[in-house]
This record gives sequence, structure tokens and C-alpha cells, in this order.
Amino acid sequence: MALNRDFVGRTYPASSSYEVGRVKIREFAAAIGDDNPIYRDPEVAKAAGHPDVVAPPTFPIVFSLTGAAEALADPELGLDFSMVVHGEQRFEYTRPIYAGDELLCASTISEIRSVGRNELLTVTSEVTTAQGEPVCRTYNTLIERGGAA
Amino acid sequence: MTATVKYDEIEVGQQIPAVDYPVRRVNLVMYAGASGDFNPIHWNERHAKAVGLPDVIAHGMFTMAEAGRFVTDWAGDPGAMVDYGVRFSSMVVVPDNDEGAVITVSGVVEEKLDDNRVVVALTARSGDARVLSRARATVRLA
Repeated sequence: MALNRDFVGRTYPASSSYEVGRVKIREFAAAIGDDNPIYRDPEVAKAAGHPDVVAPPTFPIVFSLTGAAEALADPELGLDFSMVVHGEQRFEYTRPIYAGDELLCASTISEIRSVGRNELLTVTSEVTTAQGEPVCRTYNTLIERGGAA
Repeated sequence: MTATVKYDEIEVGQQIPAVDYPVRRVNLVMYAGASGDFNPIHWNERHAKAVGLPDVIAHGMFTMAEAGRFVTDWAGDPGAMVDYGVRFSSMVVVPDNDEGAVITVSGVVEEKLDDNRVVVALTARSGDARVLSRARATVRLA
């Protein structure tokens, strides 16, 4: 089923901030098999010029779709999750994410288009600190296989 | 934020040697827990086959993380990453055995930008498949 284009341009702020913890960063680094001490040891991170342990570059995936999750599941949108695969992902970093950051994330359904038999939906998320300092922007493109057929 | 690779010593066309990243089922279970992506195609063979997949497949974001690690290990600092994007072009099939699968990542310096930034074009393969396309990382070097 074709996706409902009325959703394009709608923005969904996360209902609460995401507090970045050292333990979560360590867990994520372990899950991707990366033993870099900069993800674990605050002293190593500080020696490299960072205020605290650094999050791996793909870490924002942990929280960047949370705000849009309800909209993506809205029957009005018409997205069949059983047919969804991850098509593209991009991160633009203003600065790294650190343990201790309190982050806000506002997600916008920025584009819906058909490519062949598939529907492509892109969510763009603006990640900032609670004070409004930009941290990163993420682009997440989902493919609904057969959605445009 | 101190990258260890020096911008002035890098040339366009320079190859970054390939690294193999093994992936077994346990890695996908760990990644599901750490990322919050519990889609059963990444851990349940019965479900994966029921929806037409050959077997359990790795999270695309797991592959993206391995290729990102390739870049940050080369640059010397994860904080050096300025921009990182990929397209997921094929699946990494992870069989239920001790060997699992292997993701092989290599790179080439595609462009030098201002402000000590370089663009690295990445290639990621698993078996015969090219699992990422249009994979580019921009990093700020020393």
C-alpha cells in the first residue's frame, strides 16, 4: 500500500531527553566489538582532548528514531513493518557525543517517494543538547518492500 | 580531538588496507540489546526464513558500525568523524555455526577538503556480496 504523503513535513519531538551514560557507551562499543579505550576510560578520553568517554559514531541510532516511532506505527501512514528494511543511514556530526550529555531529538518525516515497487521513507532527526546546542543530524531511510506495487 | 593521521601526509587515491571483522550470532544478540533493535530477522532463523530470507541476517547498522570502526581506527580518534553515510546494498547472512560470517572493509582516500578534512570511500563485502554502497566518511585529520 502506498504511504500517506500527508505525513511529509511532520515533526515529532522526543517526549523526554536522552541521558548518555558511560555504561551504555561501553555496552554499545562491546556490541560492535570495538575495544578502543576512548569508549571506556575517561582518562584516555580526556588525554585525547575530550571531556568524557566518547560515543561511537553510529551511537545516535540508539535514540534517534524514538520520537518518530509512534508516527511510523500510525495506521494512517500505512507502513507495513514486516516488509521494512533499512535502506540508507547518514550522520552529520557537529561534535561527538559524550557521556553526560543530555540530548533532545526532534524527528521529521522529511521525504516519502516510490522507487520501482518500493516505498522509501526518510526520517531526519536533529539532535541537540537540552540547551539547544547542535550535536548531530541523522538521516534514516526505510524501504517498504513492495509498498508501491 | 586529536587524529593521529596527518592531513599533509595523505594523498588522494591512497588505499587503506582491508580489515576483516568476524560476525557471529552472539554479536547480533549483543547488538540487538545495545541498539534496541529486536527485529527477529536478526536473531530468529525460523522467523527470518518465514519472511523469505536465506537465514538470520546482520543489522545493517552493525555493518555500518564495523565500517565506522575501520575509519576511526585509521584516523586515530572517533571524534574526528564529521560525516558518515551509507546505503545498505546487500545482506550479511550469519549462519548458526562457530565461524559465522566475515565483513571485510577497505577504503580509499577519495578527496581532500579544506579544514584538514578528507573523504574516505569505503567498500564492505561479505562473501561475494558488496554489503554497503555509496559509503563515505568525512574525517578531520591532524
